[in-house]
Amino acid sequence: MDKLKCECGHVNPEGTVLCESCGKPVEENQHIDGNDQSKLLNMRYDGTARRSQTYNRSIVDKTWNFFSSVKVGVWLIVIALLASGLGTIYPQEMYIPAEAENRDPAIFYEDWYGLTGKIYYQLGLHNLYSSWWYMILIALIGISLVICSIDRFVPLYRALKNQRPKRHSIFLSRQRLFSETKTVTDKEMNHFITNLKKQRYKIVNENGNILAEKNRFSRWGPYVNHIGLIIVLLAALLRMTPFLFLDDYVWVREGEQKVIPGTHGDYYIENKRFLLELYDENDERFQAAMEKKGEIVHKNYQTDAIIYKVKNEGVVGSEPELEKVIESSIQMNKPLKFDGYTLYQSGYQQNEFSNMTFKVYRTDDENQNSLGEVTIDLTSPEKTYELDNGIRLQVSQYYPDYVLENGEPRSVSKFPRNPAFVFNLFPPDSSEAEISFVGIGKNIDAMGENEYKLGIVDFNMHYVSGLTVRRDYTLPFFIVGAAIFMIGVIQGMYWQHRRIWVNPNGEGIMLAAHTNKNWFGLKKDIEKAIANTNIHMVIDQEEIEKEIEKDKDKA
Amino acid sequence: MTLDKTRKNKEGKMRKRFIFRTIILAILLAAVVYALVTNLNQDKEMYNIGDKAPDFELVQINENNEVEKIRLSDLEGKGVMLNFWATYCKPCEAEMPYMESLYPEYKDDIEIVAVSLDASELVIHQFIDKYDLSFPVLHDTKSEIMDLYNVGPIPSTFFINPEGEIVDKVAGALTLEKLEGHFQEIQP
Repeated sequence: MDKLKCECGHVNPEGTVLCESCGKPVEENQHIDGNDQSKLLNMRYDGTARRSQTYNRSIVDKTWNFFSSVKVGVWLIVIALLASGLGTIYPQEMYIPAEAENRDPAIFYEDWYGLTGKIYYQLGLHNLYSSWWYMILIALIGISLVICSIDRFVPLYRALKNQRPKRHSIFLSRQRLFSETKTVTDKEMNHFITNLKKQRYKIVNENGNILAEKNRFSRWGPYVNHIGLIIVLLAALLRMTPFLFLDDYVWVREGEQKVIPGTHGDYYIENKRFLLELYDENDERFQAAMEKKGEIVHKNYQTDAIIYKVKNEGVVGSEPELEKVIESSIQMNKPLKFDGYTLYQSGYQQNEFSNMTFKVYRTDDENQNSLGEVTIDLTSPEKTYELDNGIRLQVSQYYPDYVLENGEPRSVSKFPRNPAFVFNLFPPDSSEAEISFVGIGKNIDAMGENEYKLGIVDFNMHYVSGLTVRRDYTLPFFIVGAAIFMIGVIQGMYWQHRRIWVNPNGEGIMLAAHTNKNWFGLKKDIEKAIANTNIHMVIDQEEIEKEIEKDKDKA
Repeated sequence: MTLDKTRKNKEGKMRKRFIFRTIILAILLAAVVYALVTNLNQDKEMYNIGDKAPDFELVQINENNEVEKIRLSDLEGKGVMLNFWATYCKPCEAEMPYMESLYPEYKDDIEIVAVSLDASELVIHQFIDKYDLSFPVLHDTKSEIMDLYNVGPIPSTFFINPEGEIVDKVAGALTLEKLEGHFQEIQP
């Protein structure tokens, strides 16, 4: 026989530790929960059969059993933890620094980190988090989570549904909280039960056998919690689909028109203006707070932008025909939404010049009277400029972001952050050029015999706005998953499943109680219910055992 | 009679359990396969070796070269070295002379297309003059080509064979020998 028939008449599934109905220990299965080693019964899953531990026939069953083991689940988590750690030893492929001589991972890791780097690369750790084996590992954890939950929820549900108030005396006496009272009157019993009812216990009375139970739903907390986790995992899975999730970043200069990355070249953005507003220092309302902070406080970051959509599906690079989609402003915490995309204001730069105005004056003129002015657009300077009085200015070299490196001038980026020029200045009616080098705080006359000098009279700067481009249809799943997760946690944390069994025993009663946590609260409940009766208070058998152990140790 | 019944009952339960477990395992397996496949496809977004190089068209700005416009698809039949660079980028500057030194020799078989990511055209002209470059240079003002090829840090080079397929992708600067090796690879 596979099924186990208890002396109370209930038929239990194979592998049952404690009878689902009366709780009598099933003799041959006591080793499963270690009951044979201890005085008290292990009440884990109420002693139900985790069938996975017993059936083992087809491949499906074998696979199922493997994943149903909590031990396997814990190991999977430990392995995933260690693997995740490995990936942080050296930077991942996508974070190979731009200044590396060679960014090919096959060369980079060995170049920078030597032998260990080479091994790191050869083991594929440079791309760990999207490697197939890492993903399978995470997936296995998910599978383990699902199967473990199913395999424990179903039997527990059954056991709690099938439980009878009449319990076997062994079950009762081996509970942690237990007491026996020789004589109890009906009046006392009624008093006890009414008091339990007052404390919102649900009473089931079967021929004088009583089960008082409350907050059973708290037992489902962990499973609700797992459902939430599984939804979060599924949402993470959906994030890998580019249609459902996109995350990118774009820097747009004022006046610039640019492709929005991640949109497959379908959308363009034009930055009309970037606005950085400060709190008014002279406003009384803010003065105190600003003094406390001791610095200027920003009030508003805003990009006024126009979004365009490409109308003709031409070849990339050929002048696209653009159609205006929306013109609006993007503020921090007030993103711009269009056609499923969202643009967030997430950064700015304030270090670029848009144009500079130079004047020409005679070297020997102490007052530096201007002989003519020229304004140079620093994003697209021209080759030569004609001044009013016949002076011709030729741009010989332009360094948008000037530095002097090993005695050689060069630019470190394409952005006009520190513009510098080498000009060839042709005086009126002359074909002989004077060379001068002009930058911010620099005005060098290479030969020392120039008749004319250049000076900066004015400049304008522009802002660069940093925008996050995002499309995320998976967020609702994350929210639902996280909410369910939280509900599960609350359900299991703030309520405890409490059960009190009262079985008549001759003239008197046997009283036992169980909870999954907060034994103190359960004891309080019983104490209150038996007040003014002769019923003995339950004894905490675990504490007594502990005391005995302690005494033994002392001796 | 009752024994028969319980046996039948048991068999039915076992079958139910088997079907239930099979369904759950199948669903989980499907989810895992989905995750792996989409992850694999994500790599494909990047245009890898073996893929057809996406087409583009841009004005050619090097005055030492007589071509007015470059359209990648028009270059089929020739090998193409598609190089992303900028004047301020040091490793780019290092490999440019190698490209120029090999260009006259391979000109008939291979086209070098150097896409500059600079902001102002003037600096590109200065750079061309400094190194006497003669191959076509394009100016990607709107970062379109860069976005199309998903170019991150520069220099980045794609070697495209006469059939228009990407044969090699190189991140970082090339040496003269390596460059010549790649050229021989994409020669028709």
